[in-house]
Formats: sequence, structure tokens, C-alpha cells
Amino acid sequence: MSTTTTETATPYAPAAETLASVLAPTARPPRPSAWSASMTFGWRSMLKIKHVPEQLFDVTAFPIMMTLMFTYLFGGALAGSPTEYLQFLLPGIMVTSVVMITMYTGVEVNKDIEKGVFDRFRTLPIWRPSTMVGYLLGDVLRYFMASTVILLIGLLLGFRPSGGITGVLGGIALLLVFSFAFSWLWTMFGLLMRNEKSVMGVSMLVMMPLTFLSNVYVDPATMPGWLQVFVNASPISHLVTSVRSLMGGTPDMGEITWVLVSSAVLVVVFGTLTMRLYNRK
Amino acid sequence: MPEPAIQTSGLVKVFGDTRAVDGLDLSVPAGAVYGVLGPNGAGKTTAVRMLATLLRPDGGEATVFGHDVVREADAVRSRVSLTGQYASVDEEMTGSENLILLARLLGHRKPAARERAAELLEAFGLTEAAGRQVKTYSGGMRRRIDIAASILNTPDLLFLDEPTTGLDPRSRNQVWDIVRIVVAHGTTVLLTTQYLEEADRLAQRIAVIDHGRVIAEGTPGELKSSVGSGSIHVRLRDAAERPEAERLLTEALDTPVYLEADPVALTARINGPGDEAAQAARALGRLASAGIVVDDFSLGQPSLDEVFLALTDHPATTAADEAAA
Repeated sequence: MSTTTTETATPYAPAAETLASVLAPTARPPRPSAWSASMTFGWRSMLKIKHVPEQLFDVTAFPIMMTLMFTYLFGGALAGSPTEYLQFLLPGIMVTSVVMITMYTGVEVNKDIEKGVFDRFRTLPIWRPSTMVGYLLGDVLRYFMASTVILLIGLLLGFRPSGGITGVLGGIALLLVFSFAFSWLWTMFGLLMRNEKSVMGVSMLVMMPLTFLSNVYVDPATMPGWLQVFVNASPISHLVTSVRSLMGGTPDMGEITWVLVSSAVLVVVFGTLTMRLYNRK
Repeated sequence: MPEPAIQTSGLVKVFGDTRAVDGLDLSVPAGAVYGVLGPNGAGKTTAVRMLATLLRPDGGEATVFGHDVVREADAVRSRVSLTGQYASVDEEMTGSENLILLARLLGHRKPAARERAAELLEAFGLTEAAGRQVKTYSGGMRRRIDIAASILNTPDLLFLDEPTTGLDPRSRNQVWDIVRIVVAHGTTVLLTTQYLEEADRLAQRIAVIDHGRVIAEGTPGELKSSVGSGSIHVRLRDAAERPEAERLLTEALDTPVYLEADPVALTARINGPGDEAAQAARALGRLASAGIVVDDFSLGQPSLDEVFLALTDHPATTAADEAAA
């Protein structure tokens, strides 16, 4: 993989006629729509996954580890048996794992932005946010893979959602919408921070309290009052309640609306900040 | 007078305490190669990045085909292409994927994008390497895929930022040939380089920049006549004889002699044009009759160092201070 090829056989010599023929001014096509440019960048993300499949490790191994660890670690103590705990835990652990892996977005953006190819993207006459949207489209696919892995392992371990296929898919869809919106926070940090290590540092600082101080692992009613206030305000708690309600077959419309509105707010705020940084970089 | 491709006045870019570009005035005529010559850290890359809409100027004005690079950035982007100092393609993707991706982003539909990519790969001798990741390409191949990516839609203005730095002579000649063909086709090229020879071979006009400012501008001929058309480079056997050699050369050539870092080497400008070889022979004859042994000599174009010495009375700063850019 790391070998550099030298030209063997026939050395290249630029031929005037051949080059002139490719330079012939064919009519310039109209600039692509915002949608088409974003989808093209999404295709780039797919190609990256194809060429560097190792990056799928974090969307498969990490969720499997989380699910197994928490089911068997806490299951007996918290709910009598791992299987019973799993009914409560699975939607939450799915949310935690997927929201956790959103932070790789920032790291990837930070690594990529230093490369020459970004200069080229930024000199193209295209809808400016499409580069970032394309990134996130690729990431949403990774989030979907992670969700599927967790769902399958959950079903294997005895997770039996009463919401059926519709409820489960609805829950995953809501999770993907929120994760897409939440990722704009990381694109912002990816552009803001000096190197990937600092991006990772900030991400952990945000993610650890956000995911643990929530209703993922235990019912907040068992916590001290001051902590309950924090936990109940956490967006992760709202998201977990919504996903649980969908998978459980009793959609909580109030919570779902809360999640959708906060997703919109995240995109507007952090999307704007991301694009401002992108244009200044 | 036709509209210039690039017009800047008092362009400034500041990084912290460094004024990377400090009042740059350029007027680049359309339809030719314009060379921007300067050492590392002179502000070449920073200037190109502002003109290509990648950096926002801190002061002054710049227009590309009459469009302001800040207020009408999109109009500028639709007419220019940039081949940066480092490969402006995705190293993890294949050559073919890179070109298809960019063709799609320029608005070609899928079949047309594929066709255009294949056509360019063929013209640049990369068909065999089309399916391989760019990171496996040699330096020359990378440059070619990079230039191919820049002419997917034939641009009106092409920025080439030090296109041959780090290339072997054969690849360098290929790039020169490509540049000539592209310009013959009507594209304006702004070429930055550290090599006077490169600017001389390709450019119709050259601006020499130092500390973010233009210190000389003109045709290669004008520039060289202000610098001396060529120089003789001499290596002595004995370093102790250098002061004597310096005196003799100054006398024979009537130009300043530059003592190089190498204790046995000297470089002297030769006033031309026309009889450089005869003058050099005469100078070498003086050394020989004084009994000074010359191990090696060569007659060449003035180096960037000599250009700078002549224009600024200080050698080109070669410190790696372009890091900020």
C-alpha cells in the first residue's frame, strides 16, 4: 500500500494535440444544485469508507462492547436479571453509543481540512455548506450501521420491543435526525481546534457527563434532587425517553417534538458557526 | 487596453506579527503566463490564496477579471482553478474517483463526468493508474492528476503554486510542456516559483517579490538585464587563493563577485547579453595566468540569490518562515 510507483515502460510525454483536444471548450455545465453537490460529497464519504474500512471499527466494536458490558454488569443488580434490564437499557445504550461516535466527525473534519484537497473544494463555485453536509451524510450511514449492530445484538440477547418494527425504525430514525443535528457541534470544533487531539479532548469533556448524567442507565427518580434537575434537562434524557417510547409502542409526542425542535436549533446555531469558520479558515 | 486577468492594489495579509503580504500591487495581463518569483516566505502562497478566494485580505483590493475577490467570490471561483503547492486531490481516493468527484461538483451529470475523467486521464498518461489510490502515485504523476483536476472545466485563470518544487527534471519538463499547451489554448496562468530559470522559460512577465511586496517587475529580458544576464561559477582547489581570485574576477568582469558559503566557491555576474562565453573565458584565463587552480566552473543564468542580491543588496531569505502561510 505504501509503495510509490515509478513510471516504468513508456515515460509520459505530453502530446500537444491530445491535450489541446481535452482543453477544447465544451460548454460549461450549469452549477450543481445544493442537493446534488451535497450528495456528491456524500458519495465521497462512501468511497472513503470503501478505501479505509478500518474506520468502521468504532461503529461496530464499540457499540457491541457497550451493550454487553452494561447489560451484564448492571442487569442483575438493577433489574433483577440482565434480560429484564435490557428492555430498559437497549434504547438508551443505542442512543449513547451513536451520540458518542458522532464525535469522530470532528476528528475527521480536523484531519481533512489540513489537506490540499480542501483548498480545491473551497475554490469551487458550489453551495458552500455542501462539503460539510456531505460529510454528515456519510456519518449518518455510520450511525445507522451502529444502530443496526446494537439492535441485532439486543435482539440476540432477548430485547423484545413492544413497538414492533415500526416503533423500532421510528426510534432509530429519530436518533439519526438528532445525531445529524448534533454532529454540527463537532464540525464546528473540528474547524476551530488546532489538532485532532484537542478535538478529541473537548469531545470527551462534553460527551462523558452528557451521556452518563442521563436516564440511560437508571431511573432518575433514584437520584438526589439536584442531580435530577440536571439529568431531566439533558437533551440525551429527552432523546432516550423519546426513543424508548417509540420502541415501546407508546410514542410520547411531547418529548419527540422537544427532540425535533432542539435538532433544528442545533443545525441553525452550530451549522451557522461551522460555515462561518469554514469560510474564514 | 484589454481587461487584466488580475489587478491588485495595496493587498495586505497579516498573520500575528508577520505581514506576509504587505502592500502588493500586481497587474496580470490576460492570455499569458505571469511569473511570481520569490524565495520561501516572500508571501507568494499567501497572495495566491487571497486571489483564489481562500483567504480574506486584511487590506487593499484585488479583482480577478474585474470581480472583487471578497464581494464577488463566487464569480471569481467560477473562472479560476488552483493547483496548490501540495496535491489538491484526495490521496485516499483513486485518480479516476477524484476526477469524477470534481466533474460532478462542476455540474457534469454522471455519464458525462465519467467520460470527462477518462478523457483527461488518457491525455495525462494516467489511464493505467486510474484505479489506484493517489497516494501510490509518483511525484510527477501527482502533479499531473492535480493539473488534470484543475482543467476539468477549462478555467480562464489557472493558479500554479510552485508546480515543479520537488520534481525530478523529467517531470519538471512535462509540467512545463503542459503549461505551454494550456496557455496556448487561451488560459491565463499565474505561476509562482523560486527558480528564475522556470520563470524565464515560461513567463511573459515576471514580478519579483520579497517581504510581501513587488520589488521588480518586467519581462524576463528586462529583469535579467537589470541583474546581469548570466554568471560564472568557479570552484578553486585552494580556499586560501579565494581573495586573489575575487580580485582578478572583479577586474576582468567589472561586476560584483559573490563569495559563496562554500569556502572555495565564487560566483560573478557577467554583463551581457552577447559575449558571455568570451568574457568567461577571459576571466578564467586571468585566473590561470595567476597560477590559481580551478577545479570546476560553469556558466549559467543568475540564481534567485543573485537576482535578490542585485535587486535588494541582500541574499534571498531562505528561512522556513512561510510556515504561517
